[in-house]
Amino acid sequence: MNRINQKLNQDKKLLSIYFTAGYPNIDDTISIIQNLEQSGVDMIEIGLPFSDPLADGPTIQASSTAALKNGMTTEKLFEQLKDIRKSVSIPLIIMGYFNPVLQYGVEAFCKKCQEIGIDGLILPDLPADVYDEEYKAIFEKYGLINVFLITPQTSEERIRYIDSISNGFIYMVSSASTTGAQSGFGEEQTNYFERISKMNLKNPQIVGFGISNNETFTQATKFTKGAIIGSAFIKYLTANGISNIDKFTKTILKK
Amino acid sequence: MSYNINTKGYYGEFGGAFIPEMLYPNVEELRQNYLKVMAEPSFQEEFHQLLKDYVGRPSPLYFAKRLSEKYNTKVYLKREDLNHTGAHKVNNTIGQILMARRLGKTRIIAETGAGQHGVATATVCALMGLDCIVYMGEIDIARQAPNVARMKMLGAEVRPALSGSRTLKDATNEAIRDWINNPVDTHYIIGSAIGPHPYPDMVTRFQSIISEEIKWQLKEKEGQENPDYVVACIGGGSNAAGTYYHFLDDESVGIIAIEAAGKGIHSGESAATSALGKEGIIHGCKTLLMQTADGQITEPYSISAGLDYPGVGPLHSHLYKSGRGEFYSATDDEAMQAGLELTKLEGIIPAIESSHALAVFKHKTFQPEDIVVISLSGRGDKDLQNYIDYFKL
Repeated sequence: MNRINQKLNQDKKLLSIYFTAGYPNIDDTISIIQNLEQSGVDMIEIGLPFSDPLADGPTIQASSTAALKNGMTTEKLFEQLKDIRKSVSIPLIIMGYFNPVLQYGVEAFCKKCQEIGIDGLILPDLPADVYDEEYKAIFEKYGLINVFLITPQTSEERIRYIDSISNGFIYMVSSASTTGAQSGFGEEQTNYFERISKMNLKNPQIVGFGISNNETFTQATKFTKGAIIGSAFIKYLTANGISNIDKFTKTILKK
Repeated sequence: MSYNINTKGYYGEFGGAFIPEMLYPNVEELRQNYLKVMAEPSFQEEFHQLLKDYVGRPSPLYFAKRLSEKYNTKVYLKREDLNHTGAHKVNNTIGQILMARRLGKTRIIAETGAGQHGVATATVCALMGLDCIVYMGEIDIARQAPNVARMKMLGAEVRPALSGSRTLKDATNEAIRDWINNPVDTHYIIGSAIGPHPYPDMVTRFQSIISEEIKWQLKEKEGQENPDYVVACIGGGSNAAGTYYHFLDDESVGIIAIEAAGKGIHSGESAATSALGKEGIIHGCKTLLMQTADGQITEPYSISAGLDYPGVGPLHSHLYKSGRGEFYSATDDEAMQAGLELTKLEGIIPAIESSHALAVFKHKTFQPEDIVVISLSGRGDKDLQNYIDYFKL
């Protein structure tokens, strides 16, 4: 069974952290992943930086630009990750935009992910229908879970379609926004989380966008399986460095 | 082979809608409605009335006698430079603002490079009394001050794009991010034949008035609807798409595209996408674009801000790959000389974008009996400083 599915079967709320590979320094990737696992994080999204990250706000844009300037490439990231499974056992997901994957070759990329022990991909600009028709068979051949996003504007019909082609979890974007654009949740979001939870989807939901502390983590996971933190973690990393990652995780989980 | 878009939004293998889920409802709403709305008689009536009384269409098809003599062929210029706001851009913004109103949108966003599309958008927003926000790279804001002032006077808010290289590509990213953050009340008026389906097709259809007019105007002047060649410059490719549209499936009409070679195709400072680009995804569509081996989008260069874009519209990628279009690229120097030549021979100062199309004669020799229609997409007022600096006038 894929590590993501195993994790989703655990009886707990999951904390997933996104970071941009190659930031703050080109060789921080392994150290960040190991520190995150040791601090009690359940799942990690490794950001493959892209020159034009359309769905991201200023924090992740800046970390992506810096990572590319530091020399991060797809090849470099795979090289860094080649022995990651000797020291890390939690699920690892690569999150990025579709063009770098397309240039690497979709099948070659998936094959490499399987060799390394990557469990899934999140590619926000690969639309569900294109995935379904052209790439699903390739992802499945290499045991990869592809994760789709939904938003408060996504229709029920489309959510059911996305659920039907997913085999891990659904990434629930908390509000119509780019990453890092908001702080705190209102009634509108809570109602949305509840509405989706009542749809009885086959895939559990994990909330992303707008989670930055214990309060928002608790709100986001009341009706869902877990939450993803990106921009807030990158800001913390910029200010406090890798050695203090455990403090960040403790603040979120209030341990 | 068909050169038009298929029902899934592709021209051959190019096009589609590679967008984050956050944009899906907006783009889907447009996809489901654009053809229906455009087909409504009341829409057509309002669109054509505005094109006539407000834009000043039809734009003349002018026989350039002295230019024809010089190159020993028959050259007609399609005078989009005479449109209100000075370029073909307004054909599309008129169409899209009417579309936005029918979809109940109250807030308009746009991206702009040189400011021509920004001005054309601000103009129609003033006309319709809608809020207008134009994203423009911080660097472009500094080098296109007169157009920034025009947009502000027209009531638009000009927001600087501060990310990346702070030019057109980044302004487009910022406009898309704005749309993600404002999914309900906002319409995004894309200025070129790029972006996710249905944008390339919608923009092409609004611009197709150019080739529609060429057909009947040429019939009047030459007794035939079809020229031997249609020629246009290509950045994203909206004036070219409009110029080619009604000739796409008639292979007796040669289609010629001129891209911006900048300081030379292999100088590292160029925007000649067909020569330097590879298939990939940019701003929501699969098309040819300039990128690194690793799939990072690279920065183009051209003296012409309107051609300074790292991709071309999916229609043009299809015309290139299928061989239907002949693609050339003109360097900064060739374009500037061609612009000066038109000024001296015909008394018309062209936009530097259009000067690239006029540089076709540096790359191709036509027969004396050939009828060659060149899209003069814009006027050169906005480029005066560039011409002054270049020719030390």
